[in-house]
Amino acid sequence: MGLQKSEIMLVLAAAAITLLSFVIPDWLAFTTTLAIASALVVLGVVLLMRAGLVSFGQGLYYCIGGYAVGMGGRFLGINDALLLIAMGVVVTVALAMLLGLLLTRYREIFFAMLTLAFSMILYGILVKSQNLGSTDGFGVSDWTLLWFDPDGGKGSKTVLWLATAVGLVVALFLNRYFGSAIGLACEAIRENEVRVEYMGMSRRQILYINYVIAAAIGSIGGSLTSLAAGHVDPTMAYWTISGEFVFIALLGGTGHVAASFIAAMIFIMVRTYAVELFPNSWQMILGIVLLLIILFLPKGIWSLFTRRRRVGS
Amino acid sequence: MTEILRTEGLSRYFGAVVAAEDINVTITEGEIVGVIGSNGAGKTTFINMVTGYLPPSSGTIAFDGSPIKGLGPRKLMRKGLSRSFQIPQLFLELSVLDNLSMALSASESRHLEMLRPVRTPERIAAADEILSQMGITQYRDEMVTAMPQGARKLLDIAIAMLANPRMLLLDEPTSGVSTDEKLTLMDTVMEVVKRRKLTVLFVEHDMEIVQKYVTRVLAFASGMVIKDGPVEEVLNDEKVQELVTGKRRDKDTETHQGDA
Repeated sequence: MGLQKSEIMLVLAAAAITLLSFVIPDWLAFTTTLAIASALVVLGVVLLMRAGLVSFGQGLYYCIGGYAVGMGGRFLGINDALLLIAMGVVVTVALAMLLGLLLTRYREIFFAMLTLAFSMILYGILVKSQNLGSTDGFGVSDWTLLWFDPDGGKGSKTVLWLATAVGLVVALFLNRYFGSAIGLACEAIRENEVRVEYMGMSRRQILYINYVIAAAIGSIGGSLTSLAAGHVDPTMAYWTISGEFVFIALLGGTGHVAASFIAAMIFIMVRTYAVELFPNSWQMILGIVLLLIILFLPKGIWSLFTRRRRVGS
Repeated sequence: MTEILRTEGLSRYFGAVVAAEDINVTITEGEIVGVIGSNGAGKTTFINMVTGYLPPSSGTIAFDGSPIKGLGPRKLMRKGLSRSFQIPQLFLELSVLDNLSMALSASESRHLEMLRPVRTPERIAAADEILSQMGITQYRDEMVTAMPQGARKLLDIAIAMLANPRMLLLDEPTSGVSTDEKLTLMDTVMEVVKRRKLTVLFVEHDMEIVQKYVTRVLAFASGMVIKDGPVEEVLNDEKVQELVTGKRRDKDTETHQGDA
């Protein structure tokens, strides 16, 4: 099972980011890390979108991943980044397996609202938790990578390398997943659930697996964000954060795993510059960008590449 | 001959509406059975109950000797009972090859693969074979949206056949297909059916097709089977002519006009 062309491109992109990390300023390394972390959560949203479901509550797992890193260091004395990320994934998968039993029974707005409700429940719990810093959250302890401490666990470059490596693994996995029988079945469910059942596939089982995977990678995104930012707070579970992930998913489209990474980078850069240039109306800038995307690129930024390929052929 | 499908007292009510009542049918292996009846006679309700789409209000269904009432489409498919639909149920935004590859993947294992590409050389070969048998090879790499209605019908039936069923239920396989194409379509389907030695039960409105392809007819009216037997016997039955084919009414009208 060799690497496909698109997978080679992903490996090259990851290698390019790693090489560029030696010359780019710290602020850009930090921004890129955040973009990769967000892209992972967005890939979870995309995974669900391909099956016709829109989650407005992916912040739930993003937040669990973030708090797992914070709490692991603070309360359990675990400081290795990979262990902290794994811990977040374990907790997330356990919760997603439980919630998935309920959520995969629902479709359309009911699914969207239920996912939002669960993330807001976590937000409410965290806001009321004085031990976890309430609305202020708390700082993440210094961490190591494979028990190696390159720059005191605070280096923006180290976390960028980690995010790039983890992002590459997830992207390669999802690239295969999208082209597999189960990945294609997700698109089939979106179109025609009846035929899926008459082909002998269980739509609920497929959606359940999809939901749990989406949650797991959402948690990884949250863990990477908290490792990079060095801080966690309840807004990670707030619905507007989940809305941002949906925004980025629409921006990128569902055509390819790379689309989420590109869209996340564009989103964070647009937001950064919009806040800088129009501090009182940056949300309006983001709104206009989304409007333009929906009007001119309804299948997201990735459709620019597929369109060009089609014209070329 | 081995019995493959048996229904006893099969009924379905929607509140006060009787969609199907006391349907007792036995079908033996290898039979090609036509189901006729006017709109609302209970034909599709019967097919839907047998294929697990609609739970019966009462009665029993046995497939290959074992009860199947209450089983969902997936379990029925694995038992060897497959169906096509009046309106083809296809994945329009996927290619024809992907539609078939997915059907093949689902028929191979209960657990879907996560990392192996859905298009494997074996599946592509199997898809090419069924496309060739159905005469729709030219659409292999097209999106389903690019196919005409007749080809979509054939693809829908091809997908049903990929599950390697023992019995195939076809709900109006020629509806929405032009008169010229109907016979060609049925010739193609029946050729594949014969090759695969399938038992077939199909709903049809066109009596020319019924006469040409089936060996036995079930005539439905008001949710009940009013006649069950060989084609000529059923089609010449006065009650069937009056309630289903409408020929007797035509004759009466002609007679009255003649009197006048």
